[in-house]
Amino acid sequence: MPYPEELVSPMRAELTRLGVKELRTAAEVDGFANGQKGTALLVINSVCGCAAGGARPGVAMALEHGTKPDAVVTVFAGQDLDAVAKARALFAEYPPSSPSLALFKDGKVVHFVPRHQIEGRAPAMIANDLKAAFDKHCAKAS
Amino acid sequence: MGTFHHDTHELHGITCVVETRGPRTWVGRVHEVGPAGVLLHDADVFDEVPGGPTKAEFLARTAAVGPWPRHKSVVVPAAEVTSVRRLGDLSA
Repeated sequence: MPYPEELVSPMRAELTRLGVKELRTAAEVDGFANGQKGTALLVINSVCGCAAGGARPGVAMALEHGTKPDAVVTVFAGQDLDAVAKARALFAEYPPSSPSLALFKDGKVVHFVPRHQIEGRAPAMIANDLKAAFDKHCAKAS
Repeated sequence: MGTFHHDTHELHGITCVVETRGPRTWVGRVHEVGPAGVLLHDADVFDEVPGGPTKAEFLARTAAVGPWPRHKSVVVPAAEVTSVRRLGDLSA
């Protein structure tokens, strides 16, 4: 059962104020996925403490890195159910978890951070993991 | 901002490996650790069978991608539990 939107709204904003595009419907996820070229980070956001204490601040720190994905999008687990189901179908070979982070390159997952690799980790550790993946898979900014 | 829980076990909300005296090893999100046992949500289980994958292989795969949520909720009886440890410590 979804949480009240007034509770969730600030959690959405922690990412959208960074320029992360929120996908609220299955159609919006389709629009993202269809013909996806280049690199994209997909953040499965959630209400849990490890999203607040690790995933969102970790993503924020990682996006300050010089090399980053061409696009960064997010869906909200437990809230936007159709969008999340559609997003998870993009990496169905991975068990569903939230929060979690998937880095795509030309439509394929090249790096995945499941929930248990976020739990209890400091944002800087999560950011460092993402930065290493960005350096490996994303084009350097000119 | 997020949801935080007070008065819960330190492993509440953490994905853990629960090893038992028998052939089964559980991996799931701890909800509660109490006298009755360990209550896990969204748990996967490994059953050691001759000729099947080893527990080490199961744990290596699960540490890389996370547990498949094959069981919505399960209580692993306290009498069977030999250890509870964070799955994240295996993938570190």
